[in-house]
Amino acid sequence: MKRTVFLGALTVAGVAAGASAAATLDDVKARGKLNCGVTTGLVGFAAPDANGVWEGFDVAVCRAVAAAVLGDPTAVEFVPTTGKTRFTALASGEIDMLARNTTWTFSRDTDLKFEFVGVNYYDGQGFMVPKALGVSSAKELDGATVCIQTGTTTELNLADFFRKNNINYEPVPIETNAEGQQQYLAGACDTYTTDASGLAATRAAFENPTEHVILPEIVSKEPLGPLVRHGDNEWGDIVRWTLNALISAEELGVTSANVEEMASSPTNSPEINRLLGTEGNLGEMIGLEADWAKRAIAVGGNYGEVFERNIGENTPIGLARGLNAQWTDGGILYSPPFR
Amino acid sequence: MSDNQISFVRTHMLPEAPPPVAATGVVKWLRENLFSSPANSLLTIVSLYVVIDIVISAAPWFLNGVWDSPSLSACRDILDGNVGGCFAVLSERWNQLLFGFKYPSELYWRPGLAFILLFVAGAPLLFFKLFPSKMLIFTGLYPFIAYWLIWGGSLLVPVFALLGVLLGAFVYKRTVSASAGMAVIAGFVAALIFWILSGFITAPMANVLAIEPVPSRDMGGFMINLMLGVVCVSLSVPFGIMLALGRQSSMPIIKWICVVFIEFIRGVPLITLLFVANVVLAYFLPPGTAFDLILRVIIMITMFASAYIAEVIRGGLAALPRGQYEAADSLGLDYAQAMQLIILPQALKISIPGIVNVAVGLFKDTTLVSVISMFDIVGMIRGPILASAEWNGVYWELFGFAALLFFVTCYGISQYSQWLERQLQTDHR
Repeated sequence: MKRTVFLGALTVAGVAAGASAAATLDDVKARGKLNCGVTTGLVGFAAPDANGVWEGFDVAVCRAVAAAVLGDPTAVEFVPTTGKTRFTALASGEIDMLARNTTWTFSRDTDLKFEFVGVNYYDGQGFMVPKALGVSSAKELDGATVCIQTGTTTELNLADFFRKNNINYEPVPIETNAEGQQQYLAGACDTYTTDASGLAATRAAFENPTEHVILPEIVSKEPLGPLVRHGDNEWGDIVRWTLNALISAEELGVTSANVEEMASSPTNSPEINRLLGTEGNLGEMIGLEADWAKRAIAVGGNYGEVFERNIGENTPIGLARGLNAQWTDGGILYSPPFR
Repeated sequence: MSDNQISFVRTHMLPEAPPPVAATGVVKWLRENLFSSPANSLLTIVSLYVVIDIVISAAPWFLNGVWDSPSLSACRDILDGNVGGCFAVLSERWNQLLFGFKYPSELYWRPGLAFILLFVAGAPLLFFKLFPSKMLIFTGLYPFIAYWLIWGGSLLVPVFALLGVLLGAFVYKRTVSASAGMAVIAGFVAALIFWILSGFITAPMANVLAIEPVPSRDMGGFMINLMLGVVCVSLSVPFGIMLALGRQSSMPIIKWICVVFIEFIRGVPLITLLFVANVVLAYFLPPGTAFDLILRVIIMITMFASAYIAEVIRGGLAALPRGQYEAADSLGLDYAQAMQLIILPQALKISIPGIVNVAVGLFKDTTLVSVISMFDIVGMIRGPILASAEWNGVYWELFGFAALLFFVTCYGISQYSQWLERQLQTDHR
């Protein structure tokens, strides 16, 4: 008897889980809050400030989605996740979307049953060396000692790169970025390797950042993007097109400064009109109000503005746009058209 | 005989001379303790050199420390190349280190008050000879007061929880004469039914006598470490006693349940249990079931600590001579009386150092919750503070502060336990 009750309860729970997974948008609207998974803290990408308000490049995606869906960029419950808990948090339904500088890979997309909705930052593994070493290319690092985080894809990429170029290295295994920073500064290794954005952030924290250089070689592809669960394509569409709206807004010249003005009356650019909802019914097609994209853009501006404010060249992290420039400016950011 | 005269006879006492300089005061102490042999003298000089060297090199770091600056780079500008700590991170983020980054700052007085009351509540338990036993009433009320202060919400919730406990105790009292085991179960069931029923009353009256509620997710900092440490230690001691007695029981089912539980929990790392609490349980519960994360973690850590404390207490029980058990039996005491009056007071006294050892270790283990993305003090440092653009790169100051807090607490616990051992000493040494 007891067992049947227990199994029954489990079944009900499973059915409830299936039902709720199918309509994330309704859940979010009923809750009045978006549950967004972020990292527990990564410079420039997500971290709470002195007042406990989350800020950063990944956080901006969550806020844009909340603004598009709920009309309120602050209606976000940020759920901090570690590298180990992020996927279970998403799979179990604890969070509606994950924006946690997560690399889009084949197995994560298919085997783990997630849907990457796009790329908000094209990263890649790089090398940092002290200027005093006199190295200008990673291919000159023959025989170098390399600080490397164990158990990550960076470790495998490193081995591939050195084997391909037929040079040797000696790994110095480290556990965390903080440890790597200390080891590198203490001279335990000649070079430190991790994602280029991480290197830039690490270098920015040094006492004398100018004494260190990041080598031009990028040895891996790390497309970082927000993701949602399999099984609710409507919700995936909303997150995907919110991200695309930010990217398109930059391409079309819609900024946080002029978005209100452009949305108040139809402009002479049809695509801007469709994006901002003054023409056509794109909002209706994804189940949102007509001005959804306007609200998303009004939060923190377009993609370029978000980039500049959080990780751009005028911040301590000082990342150049590089690959993350618009396709019209030599980068590979390319949003499908709003039509 | 007469020619054999004594040439000198002292007729009065000499005045006392002061002892030689080398055999008194500082010089004597130095000679005995530091320079008793050439080898010791050499060791003394070398250690003195090392100590002075450390002090000289560390002192400027403390003395030049910057306490007021908006960011690490500004700190470095102020220091202008000199050696010095950037303690400004502590003066700017102390509230986040202590309470987490989301606890509303205007409510800091509430956990603060709960912390102070903890000492009032703990005093009659810890210093039972110095305080009137009537204060134990407050100790019994304290968990409900502290819950209400820290989490807020309606006063009815802790009041009904308390009433449930009282009802359970009442049912236990009424039925204990029939069978002690059945009485425990009956009391528990009565309390459970009362709690479930009271849920229907408290839910619609959430705003009655309410103070601003704070959800568990908003808690963090050293507060979490203290909460987990205090709650789990105080829960795991009674559970540990029950498990230890259960393991020695002659009833096979109880014995085997206890043995399996203890051996299983001791064979699994705490971090695994925490992952289960955080991650695996989420799969079994329907989405939206808000089974509080702190509650889950408390359950797991309590299970872990009880298993260890049970083994410590089993050691205490085993150390008692068999005659003590037989003496209790010969006096005609039943099991409960024998345990309560003869066995446990002695066994627990023997177990104190072991229990304190587990308690101190457990308290430090609470920092492991940072791996399941709870922002305890270490989680706060590793996550939000080191990830902020202003403070990325400050390590020594932050981790030193955390170490200081833990040292003060753990040293206090250890000193108390030594005092307690001296208080309970009844043998003649």
